[in-house]
Amino acid sequence: MEDATAISTDQVAHVALLARIELTADEIEHYTGHLARVLEHARELEDLDLADVPPLAHPYPLRNVFRDDVASPPVDRDEVLAQAPAASGGQFEVPPVLGEEA
Amino acid sequence: MTAEWEIVVGLEVHVELATDTKLFSAAPSRFGDDPNTNVTPVCLGLPGSLPVLNRRAVELAMAVGLALNCEIRPSVFHRKNYFYPDMPKDYQVSQYDQPICSDGWLDVPGGSRVGIERAHLEEDAGKTTHLGGADGRIHGAVGALVDYNRAGTPLLEIVSRPDIGSAAEASAYVEEMRAILLTLGASDARLEEGSMRVDANISVRPAGSGELRTRCEVKNLNSLRSLRSAIDYEARRHIELYQSGEAPVQETRHWSEDGRTHSLRSKEEADDYRYFPEPDLVPLVPDDEWIDQVRAAMPELPASQRARLNECGADPEDAQVIANRGLAPLVLDAVAAGADASRAVTHAVQNLALDGAELLEAAQLASLVQMEISGQLTATQAKTVLGHMCERAPGAGADPSAIAAELGYEAMDSGELEALVDQAIADNPDAWAKFCAGESKVAGVFVGAVMKATRGQADGKAVNQILALRRGT
Amino acid sequence: MNAARAIAADVRTGTRRATDVLEEFLGRIEAHDGDVHAFNAVTAERARATAAAIDAAVDEGRNPGPLAGVPVAFKDNLCTRGVATTCSSRMLEGWQPPYDATVVQTMTAAGAVMIGKTNLDEFAMGSSTEHSAFGPTRNPYDLARVPGGSSGGSAAAVAAGFAPLALGSDTGGSIRQPASLCGIVGIKPTYGRVSRFGLVAFASSFDQIGPFATDVADAALALGVISGHDPADSTSIPAAVPDFEAALERSVEGLRVGVVSELTGSGRNDAAVGGGALGDAAGEVLDGIDADVTERVFEAADALADAGATVGRVSVPAVTYGLTAYYLIALAEASSNLARYDGTRYGLRVEGADVEEMNRMTRRAGFGDEVKARIMLGTFALSAGYYDAYYGKAQRVRMLTRRDFDAAYADFDVLLSPTSPCVAFRFGERADPMTMYRCDTCTIPSNLSGDPAMSVPFGTGAEDLPVGVQVMAPALGEETMLAVAAALERAAPPLPKPQLVEGAAT
Repeated sequence: MEDATAISTDQVAHVALLARIELTADEIEHYTGHLARVLEHARELEDLDLADVPPLAHPYPLRNVFRDDVASPPVDRDEVLAQAPAASGGQFEVPPVLGEEA
Repeated sequence: MTAEWEIVVGLEVHVELATDTKLFSAAPSRFGDDPNTNVTPVCLGLPGSLPVLNRRAVELAMAVGLALNCEIRPSVFHRKNYFYPDMPKDYQVSQYDQPICSDGWLDVPGGSRVGIERAHLEEDAGKTTHLGGADGRIHGAVGALVDYNRAGTPLLEIVSRPDIGSAAEASAYVEEMRAILLTLGASDARLEEGSMRVDANISVRPAGSGELRTRCEVKNLNSLRSLRSAIDYEARRHIELYQSGEAPVQETRHWSEDGRTHSLRSKEEADDYRYFPEPDLVPLVPDDEWIDQVRAAMPELPASQRARLNECGADPEDAQVIANRGLAPLVLDAVAAGADASRAVTHAVQNLALDGAELLEAAQLASLVQMEISGQLTATQAKTVLGHMCERAPGAGADPSAIAAELGYEAMDSGELEALVDQAIADNPDAWAKFCAGESKVAGVFVGAVMKATRGQADGKAVNQILALRRGT
Repeated sequence: MNAARAIAADVRTGTRRATDVLEEFLGRIEAHDGDVHAFNAVTAERARATAAAIDAAVDEGRNPGPLAGVPVAFKDNLCTRGVATTCSSRMLEGWQPPYDATVVQTMTAAGAVMIGKTNLDEFAMGSSTEHSAFGPTRNPYDLARVPGGSSGGSAAAVAAGFAPLALGSDTGGSIRQPASLCGIVGIKPTYGRVSRFGLVAFASSFDQIGPFATDVADAALALGVISGHDPADSTSIPAAVPDFEAALERSVEGLRVGVVSELTGSGRNDAAVGGGALGDAAGEVLDGIDADVTERVFEAADALADAGATVGRVSVPAVTYGLTAYYLIALAEASSNLARYDGTRYGLRVEGADVEEMNRMTRRAGFGDEVKARIMLGTFALSAGYYDAYYGKAQRVRMLTRRDFDAAYADFDVLLSPTSPCVAFRFGERADPMTMYRCDTCTIPSNLSGDPAMSVPFGTGAEDLPVGVQVMAPALGEETMLAVAAALERAAPPLPKPQLVEGAAT
């Protein structure tokens, strides 16, 4: 956040990679502008000294919510697989998985 | 290992907790069923589904933490964000910077103490099967199938400090961990089946330097033997690199069948997991009362069991075998109930490597040993009866005298046995003459004949006594 | 009389048939939804079967429940078993959930008849319903204007007389703001009051389901039905459900009502708040709030003072930073919640050479421009090196908001502000993202704090379009909030009828 614009096209390209969204160079430009306008606004938080304020993650202070270790009926596999883009032999089918390989 | 280098190992042990249902959903947590039959909307990450924490999983995690001398602390679940087809929500719910168990230790048999940094709860992923690649490998695959039955299974990840100094010590640490998990009933902890998974963080340093150098994380260690081999291999690789003026790179490596570790290709996005508190779950804050309840319900731990078995006369190896099989309470209680310690230990070591053995009742083992000592059962019969006892449901029906009776193992009436011995003598006059002349080894002829006549049920010792009587010695 | 409680009373007593009631509403949808586009789907056949079953129950002498025969529209991000739940996204077009949301179950169990699924900004991300993949919804008051959002379809459906009740979801104002723009009542309950199970998540720590109705009493009736603890939602509050309808009878006499300075400006000095006994509280005033809207808020405060309430001004300083904090946290959560739409298990898939490419191409095609922008913003706010500056800091501002509200509620029973900074605007008028985000300036603070808030119509602003006043209350304070809203409703000048349905509704 030290440079003039809040976010660069390189950063937007990286974020698109993290978020698994395919974008063209033009689209990266477009979103860079969009994100920069919003992040510009976020700079108002920079001047706030909040060191003594703890973060709030949950609006209502509940704790220790559990269920008992008792099984309930699973969903109907056919009903679920009927909604899948591709299925085979009771499983979800996807294109080959690249990536981690020794 | 050359004298000037020492190995530094920290282990991450993932265990599947032995719950009936998954960590955040009421789907059955079970292996071996048809794909995608043990799934709920939560396991599939269906839109609108929400997680609810399994109390039993938390209690098992707390028990393991207490057994490892950890502090049980308030914790918060986080989301670890990354895409993978067998991760139904494309994030994993895991305890991140506030694990439920932290700062403990484990005393490894043999003397050393290994620090436990943390133990935290997280959900397992589903299973991806690669299609079309050679040997089911990713390379060359044309597609993949995903089964979410395992998705959401509760895992406890136990992270040690880098306090382990050798392959043997690492192996002993895992064995002891396994014994503790089995004793607590927290996991079936099977390395080969993946219900216990071990990753090793390995580095080396000049002996005595105390420094921590670049480490490599080695995965795919599905036996104690691969754990030991991988540590030795990786340590040697590091030393060779240092000796040739190079240095290892911090990375994840894969142990493979060929006895080597291989670098895993890492992806640009791999290390930016964007952790943040899971908003669908509320903080987990165990209070002292709950922790005390969990502690009070814990069984005796293996180290203490082994010490008491030693006091009963079991040697350290036997004590370890018994404790690792989860049979220590059975043996110790049977001895307390009056069973002969030596016979009880022998049965546990030699005759009880069986499923269901840990379900035997101590009183029944004690009465079996008593029947054996009093001569009502032979050693062979006792073993057979024990096998039947293990097969039956615990409690009713596993009474050894009832089983012995069903098998026809009634201690033979001495008159009946004497008649059978006399018959055997009459049938084998030549042998009898030799026996009377002092050739004791021909006694086997008469014992064999009696055994044949009783279909193995006679007590060999008693037959020998009658033979001695008849000979007049 | 087509209020929900009148329908339910008539159906229960056999005065009217649920099937006849349904046909009346289906007829209005048939005639006018082509113009409004409130619905993604009208579930007429299924509704006819449900209504017939309710009539049969009445014939057998059974009581079908407090919503007997009342047609209800569900926002299309509420899961309905076997009925497409699209979130107005190409990503989920045609997806049929294998289960009903808890609120769908409770409404159905109370005798309500699902009449259809309503349009929204894609995945509830927007304040105008312009960001629906299936085209915008139009405001029944002026078809050239937006109904607000993201629950614009639900709000428009109720305003147009297509259903007496509708459910929506409110993450940053998505129930209250469209209720305000469409001249109806909308409630965002306390976070945790209503189960989120079966609500397709946008931002989990903000999302809350609530009702739309033409009046406060109907809204209270529906709120009572959907409230209550649900073991399937870990954030559901295990608190008893009060009698919300009884709360409407409560007097506001002696109640302390605070007008939030930051959301109204200095206002008039002749209003009750100017000389209120509790004095003046200064605060930085947010810009962009229309003067005629704040004027209605002061008139509402005057009306409450006339009814015996003590009215004063109160400063809630953290609301100044609310918008920024909200966007950083909400979009961070959204980036994670929407990761699952990857083409593997359900919804759209665009094929690729490998899984990664399939994911990227699917998400490129399945998400609209606004959703993509928000996912990327949220991803950035959580990414390595930026977490502390963005997400971390925003969570601290959230705590600050919580504290400022606690301080305000130490002195006041309820707070007042505008619901929306402006009346319904024209399509395309707020294309700039920050301009659109500012629609939620007044509603976001209650989402940050988790407290209940609602919008109740109170007069009109520019172009004689409806203005809503927001009533806010502390956590689980819905009864007081409803009592105040009912008092405002009694004092409010009559609203003109929507242009579209003049003579048709009520």
